[in-house]
Amino acid sequence: MLGFIIRRLLFLPFLWFAITFLTFLLLEPLGPYQRVALFINVNPEQAFGGKLTKEQLQRLIEKYGLDQPAISQYVRWIKQVFQGNFGWSKVAQKPVFEAIRERLPATFELGLYAVLPVVLIAIWLGVLSAVHHNKPLDHSLRFFSITGYSLPTFVFGIFVLMFFYGILGWFPPGRLSFWAERIVYDSAQFTRYTGLNTIDAILNNRWDIFVDALRHLVLPVLTLSYLSWAGLQRVTRSSMLETLRQDYITTARAKGLTERIVILKHGLRNALIPVTTIAVPTVIGLMLSGVVITETVFNYKGLGLLSVDATLQFDVPMVLGFTLIGTSLIVLTNLLVDILYVFIDPRVRYD
Amino acid sequence: MLKRLLKNPLSLTGIVLLAIFFFMALAAPWLAPPAKPCPSFVYYIVPDWILRPFMKELPCEPFRIPRDGFRAAPLPPDPQAWKTFPPRLKDEFGKMLHPLGTTENRYDIWYGLVWGTRTALIAGIVIVGCTLLIGIIIGSISGYFGSWVDSVLMRGVDFVLALPTFLMTLVILSIWGRGLDKIVLVDILFGWAGYARFVRGIILSVREREFVSGAKALGASHWHIIFRHVLPNSIYPVLILASLDIGSIVLGLSGLSFLGLGQGEDYADWGQMIAFARNRIVGVAGGDVMQYWYTWVFPGMTITLFVLAWNLLGDAVRDILDPRLRGTR
Repeated sequence: MLGFIIRRLLFLPFLWFAITFLTFLLLEPLGPYQRVALFINVNPEQAFGGKLTKEQLQRLIEKYGLDQPAISQYVRWIKQVFQGNFGWSKVAQKPVFEAIRERLPATFELGLYAVLPVVLIAIWLGVLSAVHHNKPLDHSLRFFSITGYSLPTFVFGIFVLMFFYGILGWFPPGRLSFWAERIVYDSAQFTRYTGLNTIDAILNNRWDIFVDALRHLVLPVLTLSYLSWAGLQRVTRSSMLETLRQDYITTARAKGLTERIVILKHGLRNALIPVTTIAVPTVIGLMLSGVVITETVFNYKGLGLLSVDATLQFDVPMVLGFTLIGTSLIVLTNLLVDILYVFIDPRVRYD
Repeated sequence: MLKRLLKNPLSLTGIVLLAIFFFMALAAPWLAPPAKPCPSFVYYIVPDWILRPFMKELPCEPFRIPRDGFRAAPLPPDPQAWKTFPPRLKDEFGKMLHPLGTTENRYDIWYGLVWGTRTALIAGIVIVGCTLLIGIIIGSISGYFGSWVDSVLMRGVDFVLALPTFLMTLVILSIWGRGLDKIVLVDILFGWAGYARFVRGIILSVREREFVSGAKALGASHWHIIFRHVLPNSIYPVLILASLDIGSIVLGLSGLSFLGLGQGEDYADWGQMIAFARNRIVGVAGGDVMQYWYTWVFPGMTITLFVLAWNLLGDAVRDILDPRLRGTR
């Protein structure tokens, strides 16, 4: 088991190297002048009102080795990364590392509230659907799930925004109201312990800010969860149906066990095996693209929104930073799922 | 199989919806004629993001939505346009009519939806076709030859499958710039691995059958065996399942163009049209939100129905192809 975990953890740096090296290979077809333009934000030919001369540009290119082959540029970059320098993000106007540290809590907060309800409610509804197979409840739950994975995140997001903000005015977009933003970011009395607004508000004993942060979270969380929710519910349902037809379920019922124990202990535990292996990695993948789209729809200032801006404005270092974090998240979740798998299915041994 | 699909109300709905979408795509020049006719029919079929690398100048771009003036505020639907079918885009005085209204910046919604269907289907078919082709070639080589060829190719497949596709798309678009051509290329680049693994599994199960040993005994070449004996006996489920992926592929594409990574704001592309609608909702809080209902209702419904149709059909087909669950639903 330990050997397996170590092997999987070693795979992560390998994937990092592959992704970043691929990026440098993709940068190769650009000329040195275009590469310099990735960093200085303006058309280099007319930079600073023509004040930036060709010689100065040439010096910049030589200083940062932008005219050298991809491999030596890569080695140079890697050396900097190991010193904790991920480069300068021109969209955030600060070092990439700092920009990530600033924005990550917002995205993490969104994901935190979105993941738990997804997993629990989806599994519950999936079981419900399988137990009431082909009854009205099953049909309505299936309808709910098939619309769920057919509705694009951005369409659903706009619909709920329209209804709950436009018509009812309950849940505004953004991350905090203007008055709360001033207190949270600028006031000396408010300490940002974790960067998660809801938790910081409780720690500071500011319940008005807690409510405000929560109001801004409801719609993004709902949007982000609905899609993955529907997919997970569907997998649970079909896996549960498959399990409930097994002979040992009949045996358990024949022994006189209550229906509750038959379903939860004999049924669900076995049905969860395919759910963890198939569904959880898919949900994480969906969440990553979902988070980017959700943050854009609701103008929620997290890492996803920043990365979209960065992509649109050729801010390669920023996008690369986001990608490395996202990749680590995926690899680590998959590892966690594999470890959990041993507890769910005792037949599995990784040796 | 077709009989069973037509009997099931859910898959029947899917088939009918898809038939309407295919009709919309095929009849786009009739349903929403471009302002000036193109010199050749090629421009109607091949979108400019495919033609661009081969031609310096495009004489005609029917996939770009005509714009009515340069104001930002959307215009409501004209009931006048619906006096005929297909709806008129111009009245007798040459004034523009908008059967379903306009988006922000006054791009015609009807035109965008009709030509957007063509964009979506072309992009979906191109992606599925190319990924499938690569997947089938790699998968059959891997499955048929086995031994070290298999392990080398499958390590490659494992690697591509381990890459986070969406994030890689962002990285590549941040370098190459936005555009549907690049999105399609990236989808092909990272999409083939799943099919390759699937095809390999099927080939492995067919490889040891009698007709393959028979062909070998007759002295047939490897390629002859793969393409004349092994593939025709195993490929149909792959083709069917792959074609059903068009729905989710189009969903991904429109998500990226919603983010602004598509062909630009005047392009007939559903995701782009939804992006316009968003500004009109957030901007009018407290006012009458329903004032611009057409900007999000029509594009939103179209894209949802499109994906729904593929999912309805896909679910039914997978049930039929997977005999273990037969009779459970």
